[in-house]
Amino acid sequence: MSDILVTEQSQPGADGSGRPSGRLLEVEDLRVEFRTRDGVAKVINGVTYHVDAGETLAVLGESGSGKSVTAQAVMGILDTPPGFVTGGEVRFHGKDMLTMSAEERRRIRGEGIAMIFQDALSALNPVFTIGFQIAEQFRIRRGLGRAEAKKRAIEMLDQVKIPNAKGRFSNYPHQFSGGMRQRAMIAMSLALDPEVLIADEPTTALDVTVQAQIMDLLAELQRERQMGLILITHDLGVVADVADRIAVMYAGRIVEEADVFELYAKPAHPYTLGLIDSIPRMDERGQQLRTIKGLPPNLMNIPPGCPFNPRCPMAQPVCREKVPPLLQIGSNRASACHFAEELVNRD
Amino acid sequence: MGRYLLRRLLQLVPVFIGTTFLIYWLVWSVPGDPFAGKCGDRRCPDTYINFMTEKYQLDQSIWVQYATYMKNLFQGDFGVTYNNRAVGDIIATAYPNTLKLAVVALAIEAIIGLSAGVLTGLRRNGFLDNLVLVSTLFLIALPVFVIGFILQWLLGVKWGIVDPTVSSEMRFSELLLPGFVLGSASMAYVARVARTSIAENRRADYVRTAIAKGLPMRRVVGVHLLRNSLIPVVTLLGTDLGALMGGAIVTEGIFSINGIGRAVLRAIVTKESATVVSIVVVLVLVYLLMNLLVDLLYAALDPRIRYE
Repeated sequence: MSDILVTEQSQPGADGSGRPSGRLLEVEDLRVEFRTRDGVAKVINGVTYHVDAGETLAVLGESGSGKSVTAQAVMGILDTPPGFVTGGEVRFHGKDMLTMSAEERRRIRGEGIAMIFQDALSALNPVFTIGFQIAEQFRIRRGLGRAEAKKRAIEMLDQVKIPNAKGRFSNYPHQFSGGMRQRAMIAMSLALDPEVLIADEPTTALDVTVQAQIMDLLAELQRERQMGLILITHDLGVVADVADRIAVMYAGRIVEEADVFELYAKPAHPYTLGLIDSIPRMDERGQQLRTIKGLPPNLMNIPPGCPFNPRCPMAQPVCREKVPPLLQIGSNRASACHFAEELVNRD
Repeated sequence: MGRYLLRRLLQLVPVFIGTTFLIYWLVWSVPGDPFAGKCGDRRCPDTYINFMTEKYQLDQSIWVQYATYMKNLFQGDFGVTYNNRAVGDIIATAYPNTLKLAVVALAIEAIIGLSAGVLTGLRRNGFLDNLVLVSTLFLIALPVFVIGFILQWLLGVKWGIVDPTVSSEMRFSELLLPGFVLGSASMAYVARVARTSIAENRRADYVRTAIAKGLPMRRVVGVHLLRNSLIPVVTLLGTDLGALMGGAIVTEGIFSINGIGRAVLRAIVTKESATVVSIVVVLVLVYLLMNLLVDLLYAALDPRIRYE
């Protein structure tokens, strides 16, 4: 039933933007800076990625690498000030969202692109019931009556496998457990049957067993609905099972993009290599855990050349002078390292 | 919830007895002769004094007096003044006026204070924000009698926009100015609390969620943001209502409103102990009940608060 509504709401393709790339959501050369009292922090420095229907893109990076800020800029929920988008395009069905009217953009939220957040307890409004917050979308966005909206909201709670959905409808967020809260959050984000779902560290606040359940649920819902899923995480373990492609971010840039198998088998960027190396391994018990030395750069003062060069074990003089662009290597992957070819071709 | 309510109501009993006794004792220990000046220039005749002393048990100990008073009170008898007027009548005449004034003042506080707070909280550091910050500072800093006399003189006397005093009919339009004067300081606090609360919650995660859901901005602000920001404001307004219902000696005096504040002041000056105690007893009760109401309202606004 909800499928019918989507085809009414969104018309892919013909939009007259002159960029018929056929991509569902494309971010191109996005730039964001935070203007603070202490100076300007360049948080996103030319991020390009895309996601298609039915595809899962994992955006991987440490805290502060800009993965969440990119998502907020895409969603149009950046805190402004201090955050400002200073360049680039975010195209949904080929149409740039950054230049469209606020009203047009609002309509895309929830219906075209929806988002779930890391901490469902603070992301849900504490003074309204879970049911109210889901049904609200049917009432406000779809113009449904109270009873019908309630019925649909209970269906949504059922779909995310919340037991006794009918009874839970009138519970408040604080009456839910962490995992159930994130399920409710997912139900809320999927209410309007979005084409793209951005999940910003959806399992970080949960304990490990619940994490797996939530990831399974997300993967299942994504398959059923053929959504494009952007999964933001810092957890390599989380992405391995569900992602089709992985984009690794560092200091506000994509440093490597590849499909999951290639990325794990042959990283084409020293940073990715470092990340994979620092996963604790069962067969190396008793040894010290490997880490990437140093700290991410201060975004108010990014070092010249490759932003990773101060921490890079392979750094050469060229790395301190030239910023390596994100270049295609082989057929289906890209890396922003001067020595990407060497990395991939070594044994 | 039911048990909580019962417990709160039971708590009122010791508080009620304690406060009434305290007031009774205070009035009892104030030095002075209630019959001084009662008979013009001359001293009152002994027969009169003896008669009154016996009638009002003035020669008895405070315990006897208090016990008699409480006994009568529970029978609904507030006692009589030395002029043989029922204290219950005095309260019944004055209290509605005080309530009217209180309601007008509270409405002004809520409407003006809240709107100013919300507007400035959403857009900080603008012209309006600075205007509100400075003017609220004025209202908080100036004593109520200064604001009262200045506005009465300007609006009532110099420009003649309103009547300088309130007639005995207590028309709503007449009460706007006294209501504003009475509520001015609290209105300023309401504006400031609302402003801080809105500004704080504006960046809250759940507001961002509401925006991400594609809700129109007026719903994000008017429903999601406002409901959360109202919690501290309602607490403030609720406690203030209790205070406003206690009468406003200064404001009632300036605008010659025959309210409970003036009645109690008159009773204190003329040493009508029965009147003073009875009025204060009523005020204490009202205040306690208002407090209970605020606590219940608090739970209604914030579902995370549950009483058991």
